[in-house]
Amino acid sequence: MKALRIDRNTGRFMLARLLSGFDTGSAAKMGPLTYGTADAPDLPGNGWHRVYPRLTGICGSDLATVEGHASTYFENWVSFPFVPGHEIVGQLDSGERVVIEPVLGHAARGHAMPFENAAPGDGDDYAHLALPPLEPGIQIGFCNSTGGGWATELVAHESQIHRIPDDMSDERAVLIEPLAGGIHAALLAIAHCTNVEEPVIAVQGAGTMGLCAVAGLRAFAPHARIIVGARYPTQMRLAKEFGATTVVKSSELARTVRHAVGCHIVGDYLSSGAHVTIDAVGNSDSIETSIKITRPRGRVVLMGMPADVTVDLTGLWHRETELKGAYTYGTETLPDGTKRRTFDIALELAATFRVERLLSATYPLGDYTDALRHAAEAGPRGAVKIAFDMRQDLSRQEKNR
Amino acid sequence: MPRPGFVLDVDKSTPPIMFWRGENFSLEKLPADRSRVIYAPEPHKPIDDIDAAIRHSLLNPIEMDPLPALLFPGMKLTIAFDDISLPLPKMTRPDIRQRIIEAVLDMAAEAGVDDVHILAALALHRRVTEDELRHQLGDRVYDAFAPRGLLYQHDAEDPDALALLGTTDHGEEVEINKRAAESDLLVYVNINLVAMDGGWKSTATGLASYRSLRHHHNTHTMQNSRSFMDAHKSELHKSNWRMGEIMRKHGPKIFQIETNINNDTFPDPFAFLSKREWEWNGRDRAKFVATQAALKRTPNRIARSIFHGIEAPHNMTSIQCGEVEAVHKVTTENVWKQQLVEVQGQTDILTMGIPFICPYNVNSIMNPILVMCTGLGYFFNLYRGKPLVREGGVVIMTHPTPNEFHPVHHPSYIDFFEQVLTETTVPHELEARFEKQFAEDDWYRHLYRTSYAYHGVHPFYMWYWGSHGMQHCGKVIIVGGDAPTVRRLGFTPASTLNDALEIASDVVGRSPTITHLHTPPLMVADVK
Repeated sequence: MKALRIDRNTGRFMLARLLSGFDTGSAAKMGPLTYGTADAPDLPGNGWHRVYPRLTGICGSDLATVEGHASTYFENWVSFPFVPGHEIVGQLDSGERVVIEPVLGHAARGHAMPFENAAPGDGDDYAHLALPPLEPGIQIGFCNSTGGGWATELVAHESQIHRIPDDMSDERAVLIEPLAGGIHAALLAIAHCTNVEEPVIAVQGAGTMGLCAVAGLRAFAPHARIIVGARYPTQMRLAKEFGATTVVKSSELARTVRHAVGCHIVGDYLSSGAHVTIDAVGNSDSIETSIKITRPRGRVVLMGMPADVTVDLTGLWHRETELKGAYTYGTETLPDGTKRRTFDIALELAATFRVERLLSATYPLGDYTDALRHAAEAGPRGAVKIAFDMRQDLSRQEKNR
Repeated sequence: MPRPGFVLDVDKSTPPIMFWRGENFSLEKLPADRSRVIYAPEPHKPIDDIDAAIRHSLLNPIEMDPLPALLFPGMKLTIAFDDISLPLPKMTRPDIRQRIIEAVLDMAAEAGVDDVHILAALALHRRVTEDELRHQLGDRVYDAFAPRGLLYQHDAEDPDALALLGTTDHGEEVEINKRAAESDLLVYVNINLVAMDGGWKSTATGLASYRSLRHHHNTHTMQNSRSFMDAHKSELHKSNWRMGEIMRKHGPKIFQIETNINNDTFPDPFAFLSKREWEWNGRDRAKFVATQAALKRTPNRIARSIFHGIEAPHNMTSIQCGEVEAVHKVTTENVWKQQLVEVQGQTDILTMGIPFICPYNVNSIMNPILVMCTGLGYFFNLYRGKPLVREGGVVIMTHPTPNEFHPVHHPSYIDFFEQVLTETTVPHELEARFEKQFAEDDWYRHLYRTSYAYHGVHPFYMWYWGSHGMQHCGKVIIVGGDAPTVRRLGFTPASTLNDALEIASDVVGRSPTITHLHTPPLMVADVK
């Protein structure tokens, strides 16, 4: 199979980190990522399927890995070499099209479920992610045993597979995974202000994840005032189309939140602020801003993967702000108390929000340097989501078979 | 004998015409045989002995007893005065407000009046700084009254300092400064720069609260004031006059002092800015070229401080006092004498250079909202009879229109620009959707009351001010403006005047008539 692979090579990680400051394409070429042919992963056991990716998205966490910026936290939760890519719409041997819920949960790893019908992302003990029978890996795209979506083949467990209807395009389906992530963050935000008549929810960042969070907020909190800080015109337009009440430049977010709640400014902190802020950026500045614009005893939902950050947490301490991580999806408790799996919700909402609008460009795997460069520069180039397109490889494989 | 205003028909021999561009200017060649330029009348001669004229006027008021006869021991006397929005640019010291107030204080002292308060009639404008107050009133008045808390600024948001006098038959609440309302005599000291200033507007606007002002500072009133300068056709004027009736019945006795000043706008180094281009001598031309080149290389902040440092030589040409309406009638006649220029017929395109200053950015930044207001609110309304530009015509302004705001003076303007204009530029729509929230925002209220910020609602008022112009024109183009900022205002950016004329041709055809309003100095076009 054709694949892009990440090897454990400290020197190349360092080089990628250095080069990424100038050009992501060069970082991709000279860093730990290599493109070539490789053996397809073995099926780990019963209940596993071969999946032939049709489209696979490039996520911010993938870029961080390629550019050597990912936190060392992951060293013990991934297994090298691995094929990146976890936003996958693919095809089974049977020809059915599927989207993959990439988290390698208890069912996939043959461990006891945390509760009946748990989703792969559920549970309060992550031991299974690092224990046999699979190599360590938090999800497909970071695990040596399964492969990932930046290849023409991978394996996935039945618990991770969501069959999609014929009328759902690949372009829409490839956005299901990030949409599920956005919905999860949105529900964490909404849960903090269930008794508020018109909650003010700020969203920092309007890349794919920020926009998907806006969709989730609009779907489950129609009464909320959603204020989005975005950097680029395309992002601003889409945030509005996805249901944001107000969209402003990132630099104006604090002023806008202040005005929405009618509070004062003390120093550079709002005296009150948003009930919840979803931080879809995840760097030092954005986290600090999130704390500054969230009201005392409010919640900051950290959706953007932060890595190493430097933040003055005095404000968080004084304001008793809750900092809540939002890694992924699982089983959600909706505002009406019912429980549903995030992916099922995403499969429904994808049509409502026509999420395929977010897919800006696709590249063949071989053009990975251009693809990654485009993904890294998506905002300024007026793009949102960039994906690899393996459909031509798949038709050739089918013909050969 | 000063020459009257003049309308120049541009022909091939006409030199390029000077256009203001904020803190700079340019020379523009207007198309021959279909363009004209309106020049203001030359400055009238000021009164030789101003202090004597003031004293004479106080002793010989119109339809009222002389001031000394109205003063008695034990009375409450309040002297209110126009804030820094007048005159523009600020006048050289001593400001005539200082001279008048000193004269009033002398008479009050002679009459044994010791309960005297002096009040800056701010309405919803920013508070005036100590330096600015000293410039307006002089050190003697400032040092005698300010340290004792007897010289202060009207606070339109202090519920304890406001008094509701009544409601007009149009349902307009008249709520003004409580100290003024409860005084035995309110002396109002006005500087009249344009015809809409003064009269009942001095007190019914200058000393009012938001609750009161909202009745006439709204889209409906502004769109039905044609123009603000023409009292008979101004809803703004009528509303203020209805409020005046309530004040007459239920308010304090008012001794109105109004002054006219000439339009001698620029001191010697900048005097060429007031001259007609074909009369420029070699020195003027050299000064223009040198100033323009120097300003191009000067950082905005410094250029701004140079221009706001200008002290204009304009001075008092008349003073009249007494009963409000009778006084204002004389004042208005005097304004017309100084400013009116007869113009035959409307034009397809009206061009105007937007200068560095308007009433709301003294010692501050001419932000994009104020550019709009100066062009479509003030300059567009400098007419009597009919607007200079025909309905559906085009207004072309020249101004750099940077996306720049004074954070202390105009905090709610920033939010208005970012949060309101991104939603809509339609005056009645933004009024309905956003005004209340801005007007009642506690933070803006706090900044207005304790810092130097315009009231939260003020950018809305600026927008309404231009609403008649917006409604009337088919297109508005800003030459040299920051393109995204100009578009946010709902206007069209152009790089050069020629580009602007090309763009305008979509609306007014290939051979439109063009009129350039060569202001400042201020004038009013009497369009026949």
